[in-house]
Amino acid sequence: MMNTKSLYQEVVLDHNRNPRNYGSLDNANRSADGHNPLCGDHLNIKINLSKGYINDISFQGESCAICKASASMMTAKVKGKTQEEAETLIQEFREMTIGKLELDSNHHLGHLTVFSGVRDLPTRVKCAILPWHTLHAALNSVATVSTEAGNDPMHVSIGNA
Amino acid sequence: MKLAESLLKSPGTPMFNIEQIRSDFPILKLKINGKPLVYFDNAASSQMPQSVIDRMIRYQTTQHANINRAVHYLSETATEEYEKSRNKLKCFINASEDREVIFTSGTTEAINLVAHGYGRKFISSGDEIILTTLEHHSNIVPWQMLAEEKGARIRVVPINNAGELLIDEYEQLFNKHTKFVGITHVSNALGTINPIKQMIEFAHARNVPVLVDGAQAAPHMKIDVQDLDCDFYAFSGHKLCGPTGIGILYGKAFLLEHMQPFKGGGDMIASVTFEKTTYNTIPHKFEAGTPPIAAAIGFGAAIDYLSEIDMSVIEAHEHDLIDYATEKISLIPGLRIIGDATKKVAVLSFAIDKIHPHDIGTLLNQEGIAVRTGHHCAQPVMRHFKVPATTRASFSFYNSMSEIDALISAIQKVQKIFS
Repeated sequence: MMNTKSLYQEVVLDHNRNPRNYGSLDNANRSADGHNPLCGDHLNIKINLSKGYINDISFQGESCAICKASASMMTAKVKGKTQEEAETLIQEFREMTIGKLELDSNHHLGHLTVFSGVRDLPTRVKCAILPWHTLHAALNSVATVSTEAGNDPMHVSIGNA
Repeated sequence: MKLAESLLKSPGTPMFNIEQIRSDFPILKLKINGKPLVYFDNAASSQMPQSVIDRMIRYQTTQHANINRAVHYLSETATEEYEKSRNKLKCFINASEDREVIFTSGTTEAINLVAHGYGRKFISSGDEIILTTLEHHSNIVPWQMLAEEKGARIRVVPINNAGELLIDEYEQLFNKHTKFVGITHVSNALGTINPIKQMIEFAHARNVPVLVDGAQAAPHMKIDVQDLDCDFYAFSGHKLCGPTGIGILYGKAFLLEHMQPFKGGGDMIASVTFEKTTYNTIPHKFEAGTPPIAAAIGFGAAIDYLSEIDMSVIEAHEHDLIDYATEKISLIPGLRIIGDATKKVAVLSFAIDKIHPHDIGTLLNQEGIAVRTGHHCAQPVMRHFKVPATTRASFSFYNSMSEIDALISAIQKVQKIFS
């Protein structure tokens, strides 16, 4: 059985307390809202995307610590990356949270593997994945996404639009 | 410790030995994450004593066949045991006749049965149905579906900040269009006990029938449907130490007789030709198909178990639990109790500053403590208190004071992690 404490590590708690890239973005040209109706979590992601590069990114919203820390670390990770690189990270992150990614394989997640513990907590997978699902929507000019019904990220392929 | 001592012998009630009670429930011996299980999710589903488990095994091992059909020994035995269970339920809620007790799959199906059987027959365009803010989604959605189909209108009784219904507003909602009232006896999210007897009396004075959702009340107090004079009363077996997949709808016989059937099939008919089917008498009219026989018999065994302890003893112990828990939890800084009605059952919903309920739930689980986090299928209640979700600890008579102490120290631990 997984140790929950390994999920609530200092890095996660720190990003929850002091989220990076939190707020709005004046020069955003992409935006999406993500919503998890089961727990009421919602967040908005804004991006300045130019010539295929994520020049700037921000997020805001209300959510649990897992979701907020995941969003904070995600924005820090994808800022300055190309859209294609971000899509690869989205795909890898998703696979990690559902236990389909070998952690010692050649992936690009770095510190984000701190969230690998959610694969043992099925009820919390969506908390970790919501920001990534919303980022994918923003990159692909989809205004709103939900974690439920037809949009359930567990059933809809994300990462390769 | 005075409280713990008073627990062992509440004045005026028989001896209540918590350790003996706990030993009846095998699941309470479990360890979760290396810690003794503290099960505080009783409002979602309660645990089962060994006697109920044994009864279901005995049925399945020595008494099982389909009911109401064959003339052989096992079929007759199964039918007899199934009907004995119906009688136990009838006595438990003090209904006047066995045939007023319909077995359903649970509270949700019971409410849907009334929305279909009564609502679709007697409610039409322009009619109004009164519900309350405290309803579980299962006492909202069936009525919305009906209202949409018929062009009827839903009116909603508001609540105050303690989580109590505003009875004046309830009374003002009545007019010549009012055709039905659906009220929960006890709020699943907050624990509020509603003054249903008074509300039923008011509705009856205006010839309006009342359905009571008793899912959260029946596990905690003595229910007397004749004293309440409710027209319908619904609850589930799995919240009363019984199995899932079984519940009952109590309905007054003359109403049930005038209602249309809910599901068509075997058992619910008197005769069938392709030209016309004549329906069976109640309760069979509403029990199409083979029911969950073992579950119904298990439900009967759970009623035996609870009756032996006595619902008034259960109520007294749970009262001590909620008083103790409320007192202790109120001392935690940054914690807000959601719903502090004057009359409530042993349910404690709360929010903690800057910590999301889902994080609390996951970390309490690490300590072996099972609570429910989320909107509790009562989104209108969450909206009133302007919270997306709460953490809910719901107690049962088999919970102890020391388990509440474990919850308090685990919450303090969670706060420390997030500090």
